[in-house]
This record gives sequence, structure tokens and C-alpha cells, in this order.
Amino acid sequence: MKEIAIQVKALQKSYKQHQVLKDVNLEVEKGSIFALLGSNGAGKTTVVKILSTLLQPDSGSITVNGFDVTLSPDHVRQAISLTGQFAAVDEILTGRENLIMIAKLRYLQNPRQVADDLLRRFGLTEAADRKASTYSGGMRRRLDIALSLVGKPQIVFLDEPTTGLDPEARIEVWKMVKELAAGGTTIFLTTQYLEEAEQLADRIAILHEGRIIAGGTLSELKKLFPQAKVEYVEKQLSLEEIFLAIIGKKEAI
Amino acid sequence: METVKKHFFSDLAVMLGRSMRHISRSMDTIITVCITPIAMMLLFVYVFGGAIQTGSDNYVNYLLPGILLIAIASSISYTAYRLFLDKQRGIIERFHSMPISRSAVLWGHVITSVVSNIISIIVIILVALMMGFRSSSGVLPWLAVAGILVLFTLALTWVAAIAGLSAKSVEGASAFSYPLIFLPFISSAFVPTNSMPTVVRVFAENQPVTSIVEAIRALMSGQPMGNDIWVALAWCIGIMLVAYVFAMKAYKKRI
Repeated sequence: MKEIAIQVKALQKSYKQHQVLKDVNLEVEKGSIFALLGSNGAGKTTVVKILSTLLQPDSGSITVNGFDVTLSPDHVRQAISLTGQFAAVDEILTGRENLIMIAKLRYLQNPRQVADDLLRRFGLTEAADRKASTYSGGMRRRLDIALSLVGKPQIVFLDEPTTGLDPEARIEVWKMVKELAAGGTTIFLTTQYLEEAEQLADRIAILHEGRIIAGGTLSELKKLFPQAKVEYVEKQLSLEEIFLAIIGKKEAI
Repeated sequence: METVKKHFFSDLAVMLGRSMRHISRSMDTIITVCITPIAMMLLFVYVFGGAIQTGSDNYVNYLLPGILLIAIASSISYTAYRLFLDKQRGIIERFHSMPISRSAVLWGHVITSVVSNIISIIVIILVALMMGFRSSSGVLPWLAVAGILVLFTLALTWVAAIAGLSAKSVEGASAFSYPLIFLPFISSAFVPTNSMPTVVRVFAENQPVTSIVEAIRALMSGQPMGNDIWVALAWCIGIMLVAYVFAMKAYKKRI
């Protein structure tokens, strides 16, 4: 039987009058890469914040690693880590100090060793003793993700991990995500880049107007589509086309 | 269900270490905090001082308590600034998604403010000593002075925390401290209040700075204090408690 890392049932969330999440249901299998796809403002970040215990849901049942996010947030926090939309690194500290700080906050035995290992793994050894404010966007993102891996969390949330990165840095991040998943970590990522979901995700869910309007593997999503265009399209449908058609837009974003 | 063990003090130590590094890597903040009060002290003692009648023969002794309060009031805008940046850059979110004591994040900033103020106050007192400041008081009164200054710092730092947590811009986070820096001017910090017009005088005599200044001055010179010390303590503790409640409210709202 497959194990479930994240389960969301009938999640609702409003900010004052504005109902952002109307009825979100999803399931993420342990050790898989799950991509939540949606346009800007669709509520992807809200979902991530609720799953990572930063926001309280209005209603719904949400379990992460077997614990309810509202009833036992601390148990959830022990199993997860969050990489937010903006690289949350301390710019005045060096890369090494950033890692040691987080390692201490996770009460690890040997913070220096943990920092050294991650610096090496993320190609930051040379820059380790420079202030993070001197890092390039790609390096900062790498440090940010490295910080999220301190203490080997079972579930990693990546909220638009490649937004604002150049293509090279983006491919680097993708490589890291794949390696992580290969090591058994569950990854929940949000993105507005369809190619990213296509490249990485085992399962994809499309969030639109507060609901998951479609979900499944890429090939399942492709099957959802009527074969009407088969006669003149020889290439496979790209996820982009599926996405835009499902949410009812004809133009590119 | 078993609960997750929280380590408030070890989390606090990490937070404290972090912001002390911030301070030591931007020594300019401490220098900026010290320079204005020291410049004011020089100005008032060597330029205006000759024309000011305070009834004491040593104007530096008269002036120093007010100068220290100005230093504290101007330094806390850095706390607001640092908190604002943490909030804006998502660092608070990172901390909050970890199983750590949430209040340690805020307390780290607050205690850092106390430590950096102690450093700048020592620097200012050293300069005052060079300018002829003398105190005949022993260890106990000086401990009392230190206690009042720490309480005053805590009170204003919690006010700064409200500003830092609820501000929408960097400017907003630090602008709140300007009126605080002005309060000592409309008090007995520089001149005795009896030369002021009635309305100003009533305000000056009843605002917190006057009682705090009078209490510190009395402690430093070994004079009897009267009620000033109790009024001063009441102001500091009162402001601190109210600001703490609102700061925590603002903090929880951000989560």
C-alpha cells in the first residue's frame, strides 16, 4: 500500500471577504514530487502556508506526515521544511553561518559538520565564508534550499523555487529537486512554469479559482483531453496547452 | 499525545548570537547611535551651557541622564528596522515553519537591543567622564541607574517591535522614533522646567522623561530622590507592559 505524506480535504480559506480557497482536495504520496500549478494569485502560496503551519485554515482536514496541522503543528514542523518565494537567507551572515544557525535551531549534534556537508553538496564551499549579500541570485537560491535540507526533513515545500532565476540556475534547481526525490524526500512544489511541472512532477494538480480543477500524472492529464486535434497535430500536447485549455484561456499568460 | 520539546533558551541563544553578529558587522549602527548624543552633549556643554542656569555647578552632570535617554530613543529604530527586514525577507516565516519557540525570535531582537544599548551607553559615559562628569555615588545607586536604563530600553524596544512588525515600509518602521527623540527636549533634561511657560511646563513635568531624568540625576549625584524613582519605574513598566501586549498581538497576526 502506498503511504500518504500530505492529505488535504475540503480546505477553505478566506482573507476577509475574499475567498481564496473554496474547496481544495489533494493527496501527495510519500517520496513523490507533487506540483501545484496555477496562475499568479490562484492561491498556491496560501496552500503552502497552510500546509507548513504558517496560516490557519478556515475549515477542512489537513494532515502532513500523519499529523493534523491545526492540532499538532509542532509535530508537522518537525517533519517539514519550507523554502518560500523569496530566498529567506540572512544576508549579513555568511553561507556557513546561515547553515550552522539553522542546524542549531534543529538541535543537531554537529552543526559545523552538517554545514560543511551541505556547502559541498550545493557547490558553495568556496563562497562559504562570504556574506550571503554578495551571492548571485542562483547561489542565494542554492543556499536557501540547502538551509531547508538541514536536519533531513521528510517533506520539503518549495514555493516557486525558480521564479526570478536565470535558465541555468533553474536547471540547477531542477537537478537538486530530482536528487532529493531520488533520496526518498517528498517534495511539494508550486510553480507557474508549466515546463517545470512537466520536467519534475510525478503528479500535477491545477489550482484555479480556489479549487483543484484537474489532477493526476502528466499522461493522465493528457488523456483527460479529447483527441480532437489528433488529425493535424503530430507532436504531443504540451502541458502548457492542456493547462490553458482547462482553465479556459486561449492566450498565453 | 507526546508533545514536542521546546528549547526556549537555546533557541534564544541562537537568535541572540545572530543579531549580535548583525550589530558587530554593522558597527556603524552603534557609532551612529553614539555620535548624535555625544555631539549634543558637546554642543550643550561648550556652546549653550554657559548661558543655562541649572543651579548645579557642573552642567555635564546635569545633562548626562537626558543624553543617555536620547541615545536609547534613537537606537531602538534599528530594532524596528531589523524586525521589519526579517519579516519582509521571509526569515521569520522560515523560523516559524521550524519546531522552535516562536517568541524566542522576537526576544532575540529585544535582548540584542538591550546589549547594544549597554555598549553605547558605556561609550557615552566615557566621553562624559572626559568632559568632566563626576559622580560621588557608590555601586548600589549605579546599579539602580543601570536598572532604570535597562527598563527604559525594554519599554521603548517593545514600542519599536510594534512599529517594525506592523510597518509597510522601511521608512515607516523607523520614523516612529523621531517624536521619542524629541521628548527629552521638552523635559528637565537640558534646562529646569521652572523657566518654561505654564502649558509647556505642565507637559514637561508630567511626561515620563522628566521623572526618569530626575531619578537618574539624583542617583548619580547621591541626592534624595523623593517620588521620582517610583514615578519613573511606573512609567517604564507601564509602557513596557502595554507595548509588549500590542507587539505580541502584531506578531501573532503576522503568523
